[in-house]
Amino acid sequence: MSKTVLVCCGTGCLANGSKKVAGAFRQLLAGTDHQVECVVKETGCNGFCENGPLVQILPDDITYYKVQVQDVGEIVEKTILAGAPVERLLYKNDAGQRVRSQQENPFYAPQMKVALRNIGKIEPSSVEDYMAHGGYRALKKALTMTGEEIVRELEASGLRGRGGAGFPTGTKWRSAMELERFPKYVACNGDEGDPGAFMDRSILEGDPHSVLEGMAICALAIRAEEGFLYIRDEYGLAVHNVQEAIAQAEARGILGEHILGSDRRLKLSVVRGGGAFVCGESTALMASVEGRVGEPRAKYIRSVQRGLWDCPTVLNNVETLANVPVILEHGGAEFAKLGTERSKGTKVFALVGKVKRTGLVEVPMGATLRHLIYDIGGGVKGNRPFKAVQTGGPSGGCIPADMLDLPVDFDTLKARGAMMGSGGMIVMDDRSCMVEVARYYIKFLSEESCGKCTPCREGLRHMLAILTDICEGRGQESDLELLEQLCDTLEDASLCALGKSAPNPVRTTLKYFRDEYEAHIKEHRCPAGVCTALTRFVINPDKCVGCGACQRACPAGVISGSGKKVPRVIDNTRCIVCGSCREACRFDAVEAKGRAGL
Amino acid sequence: MQVDMQTITDILHNYPAQQRYSLAMLQDMQRHFNYIPREGMEALAEYLDCPLSSLYAMATFYKALSLKPKGRHIIKLCDGTACHIRGSVNLVGGVERLLGIQAGETSADGQFSLELVNCLGSCALAPVMVVDDTYYGKVTMERLPEILGQYREEGQP
Repeated sequence: MSKTVLVCCGTGCLANGSKKVAGAFRQLLAGTDHQVECVVKETGCNGFCENGPLVQILPDDITYYKVQVQDVGEIVEKTILAGAPVERLLYKNDAGQRVRSQQENPFYAPQMKVALRNIGKIEPSSVEDYMAHGGYRALKKALTMTGEEIVRELEASGLRGRGGAGFPTGTKWRSAMELERFPKYVACNGDEGDPGAFMDRSILEGDPHSVLEGMAICALAIRAEEGFLYIRDEYGLAVHNVQEAIAQAEARGILGEHILGSDRRLKLSVVRGGGAFVCGESTALMASVEGRVGEPRAKYIRSVQRGLWDCPTVLNNVETLANVPVILEHGGAEFAKLGTERSKGTKVFALVGKVKRTGLVEVPMGATLRHLIYDIGGGVKGNRPFKAVQTGGPSGGCIPADMLDLPVDFDTLKARGAMMGSGGMIVMDDRSCMVEVARYYIKFLSEESCGKCTPCREGLRHMLAILTDICEGRGQESDLELLEQLCDTLEDASLCALGKSAPNPVRTTLKYFRDEYEAHIKEHRCPAGVCTALTRFVINPDKCVGCGACQRACPAGVISGSGKKVPRVIDNTRCIVCGSCREACRFDAVEAKGRAGL
Repeated sequence: MQVDMQTITDILHNYPAQQRYSLAMLQDMQRHFNYIPREGMEALAEYLDCPLSSLYAMATFYKALSLKPKGRHIIKLCDGTACHIRGSVNLVGGVERLLGIQAGETSADGQFSLELVNCLGSCALAPVMVVDDTYYGKVTMERLPEILGQYREEGQP
């Protein structure tokens, strides 16, 4: 009898000590004369990072959460040797029952994994493991097909770019294939810069070969012999795992001079990003690969025609490429059965922010926001009221509660001023200030603007100044109109998508949360209690039970009062308005008021 | 740190003399010296036969590169959206108070540099802080002194 212990070693679980857990399993299982033969594997990110480290035991199909080194002995004894679960490490579902399988876990059960199919099941550092799970079969099949046949499958699948723009992948490949200029290049965009999104990191770390296979298939179709993976330097583990995967694939003759023994060749290499958000834009990325400053250019001529070193180049996002082997293996028509009319397949979302269960979630396109946030995510943390969900990164928008039943796909959200983008999904509750959120994104974008074109460089700077004024109590009623004008200018006149989509956070918050802007400007009050210049925290004596939690949390030491049942009092003249007391209070006694009267 | 020309030469000769490797060479220098020394950029300009100004443009454009020496320990505090709405701003203030430096600065003793970064891709653990290569998730104000204490040298305050 043999068993497999899968220890999640994604960045999140590593931060919680999963490497030590894996080591402890190896140590306990090595050498001793157990009846059970056991393999310990370090897998990529399971997506449920908040509850890491995760340990899965197969074939028992038991998953443990928050496993620490001291738990390993008990797991070996009870589960591996005796086949019984360790109850306390199982996931507790919404009804309070402990569940064994991931299939019973409300976070995993509704998911459908295509792009993430292998992650958590295989050892990313082992090409054998990838092949044992069907890896490189699609590449083998692609070698028997013509470029035209490969591209047809992609077109039939309806796959659209997962990086945000949603351009049909088959169309892009066809343009490159039909050009008779050589050399041609394939490139992978792993410069995942959107704050709040980490699906590409997870795929590159956890299943690097799936991306390499996707690139190799593309290279066969368009007849390219060299390719690049541009990966953020911040993603150290992803860079390492991809480099290792390339070396293994070359050593086994899968890539390199003879792709699977054929006369086709492909040389892949990793380029580490330099920490610039704009390098996620296609032409800027290519400039960076060439060893220049990563500034975008006007795209009268698409990069598929003139990309790297002015040669035809196909640039695809990580998640897009990870889908390619599945399409080739099972056929485009099969893939197109998933999803909606115009958005096929599945999409990975990074469900984060103030939601109970955070992590990576893959569902068919067209799932509603409510399904994602409430069924999979379990609702808003602390059962607070839902205010908005921010989708699509800095270029996306904020969607209010009355739109929770919208299906998520490329086109629906766009029509509402937001976008699905790369799949970041940040949940906000009543303690998130929408003006401050808009200011945050504009600050981010103004810092990341490369400065090449004036509307983006100067426009964002002025939008930031106006939004900062509003957050700090200097806002004027005419500001809102001025903001709208600036939004128009940026949208019309910016050079690249970074500038063109930059107004989205402001536009959507102005449209759906205008009352919050008005409260800041007219009443000098931040309804969410976030903007410090406009907030005063007051303890409601009727709700305060005198537990003293706020006092212990207060970094400034300005809360007075002692004894049970004696309401505490905040000295507002010395309070730094950090909000620690409000976070600490379990009785909702700390209330945010305006600054008026101070 | 003393700038050692031999090290610079070694870094350069790891790569062919082509412009496409310039970012990688600059990153290697950054990693080794904690900044891009002028000597390094001059040597690179000569190696690639390109104007120094084009390398200067890169060194000032990419956030991963710095012209000033950074501290021995680099603290990256994530201010990505998920961390932001889970209170990273308070942590920034906390670290600033503990170290007596502002974000973007290096402490006078050269021990720590504090950087604000946009998303480290560990949003489920928000707020996140990374010191050198170690990730700390769900960081709270109370944990800050303990985390930073591990990196302080003996006899330091």
